[in-house]
Amino acid sequence: MTDIIQIARQFIEAIPHARALGMEFESLGDGKAVISMPYDPRFVGDPVTGVIHGGAVSALMDTASGAAVMCHPTAPASTATLDLRIDYFRAATPGQAITARAECYHVTRSVAFVRVTASDEDATRPVAAATGAFTLDRPKGAN
Amino acid sequence: MALQRPEPVQVVKQRRDGALRGLLSGVPYIAYLGIQFDRRGDELTAILPFDEKLIGNPALPALHGGVTAAFLEVAAIIELAWGSLWEEIEAGRVDPTADMAPVRLPKTIDFTVDYLRSGLPRDAYARARINRSGRRYASVHVEAWQDNRARLFAQGTGHFLIPQPPDHPSE
Repeated sequence: MTDIIQIARQFIEAIPHARALGMEFESLGDGKAVISMPYDPRFVGDPVTGVIHGGAVSALMDTASGAAVMCHPTAPASTATLDLRIDYFRAATPGQAITARAECYHVTRSVAFVRVTASDEDATRPVAAATGAFTLDRPKGAN
Repeated sequence: MALQRPEPVQVVKQRRDGALRGLLSGVPYIAYLGIQFDRRGDELTAILPFDEKLIGNPALPALHGGVTAAFLEVAAIIELAWGSLWEEIEAGRVDPTADMAPVRLPKTIDFTVDYLRSGLPRDAYARARINRSGRRYASVHVEAWQDNRARLFAQGTGHFLIPQPPDHPSE
């Protein structure tokens, strides 16, 4: 388990934008990924309230979704987002980290379907949710 | 009745550009991503200059899908806010040379991004079209491209909640 987290950490370190947003893996495996992003004033979308911009939340949810696809037991070689629909429920509380929990709920030979929620410290009331379709590239010879 | 002479062009431009700057300067995340806006009359084009930190797939390399989503969403929100600000500017109700009160931005209800091809490591452009803008809700479509205007790399559609004027509380 520690190994997979170590690999996951390296994976996120290798993504410049994930590193730029300060994303950190909480857990990973079996088509599921949990990634958090600390509060940062640079990512604020509404200066009056200090609420994080929806775009930064989208980036977090997209990263968690991609990671969930990559750790699916069918071991895809790579993935890319086909589409992502994001629903914004409420403003994230300023000062709090945001955590995205993504799950691959169905996988075909070439597509992975993912759902993901984002919440601040109050995990009972998500700030946003999204569903997406991701490409699934099989390793060579796996077909 | 004597015809009123039109204002000198630089005065008009200064006022419009000032209002646009005022609209953008308040949002840290727009500055963080480095998004700029090009204005031709009332037409806006969002520009995302390439930067290493926008990469999501270092092997290709390609822009991060989340960056693309954020870029489209910013283009849609600014287009909506600009549309209502434009009327205020032209009616002379906004004076960007004075301290502009922070513009209340529309809130995203939902946003759907369609990834058509991978974002290349170079500048990206986006234009938004307001398909419907009512008193409370708006629907906006955004197209984004890189080298060729006709070859979109992403498009998006979103629904937004229009901020209500303080003297007209939502019913």
